[in-house]
Amino acid sequence: MSATSVIEMGDVLLVTVQGELTDHDAVALQQDLAANVAERSSRGVLIDVSGMEIVDSFLARTLHDIAAATELLAAKTVIVGMRPEVAITLVELGLTLPGLATALTVADGLAEFGDGVRPL
Amino acid sequence: MTSVVTLHELRIREEIDIVHVRQTVREVAVSVGFSLVEQTKLVTAASELARNTLKHGRGGTAQVELEKHDGSTVVRLVFRDEGPGIPDTELALTDGYSSAGGLGLGLSGARRLADEFDLHTTPGEGTTVSVGFRAGRAAT
Repeated sequence: MSATSVIEMGDVLLVTVQGELTDHDAVALQQDLAANVAERSSRGVLIDVSGMEIVDSFLARTLHDIAAATELLAAKTVIVGMRPEVAITLVELGLTLPGLATALTVADGLAEFGDGVRPL
Repeated sequence: MTSVVTLHELRIREEIDIVHVRQTVREVAVSVGFSLVEQTKLVTAASELARNTLKHGRGGTAQVELEKHDGSTVVRLVFRDEGPGIPDTELALTDGYSSAGGLGLGLSGARRLADEFDLHTTPGEGTTVSVGFRAGRAAT
């Protein structure tokens, strides 16, 4: 139903989420990412959500929890490419997600990590 | 002139049914000409309420209705369950209150996203939540 890919770019993990994610998929992603970050000593996680047509409160909380967990593992999480209509809806839903780092494009997101990240 | 047509009646029994509700509601929103923002709000509210039906109501149904009033179109979603009901609706509609360990924005958030919101609940018998979304431009 959904396709989630994780690509290692230097010491940053690029995660692309596309299509429909069930709650179970979202929780599985959170566990996978935490394990990956610890195993590879990643410095950062970029989650590309440009393929997501909606982000509801469950998924928003999961993204927030992923960021919090990776922070404890010394890696920063940046949410990339949120669609404008998704942003508008999240705010109206009451979710402004303070503390969550965002960037509009993958390139901008990668720039947050400076050296050590090779472009594809 | 007002006409009401029930387009879909969906069962909510397991997690994947939340995805089915989202997809069905999206198709209806597109077919009646909702803008992208309107579609996104409608589908997000549907997702929140379908999850409530599953997690709090122990499953139930989602009905998708199309209402046409003079020149305007309303998509109405009715979620019904025969679960334990909501003992304190005011508390359940408070931002940040959660009985299931969530963010507590499901019900209150869906109410904010919708143009019309109606909640009926009887402890021990179940809950019905109805939300209506109007298209921004009059349908011709």
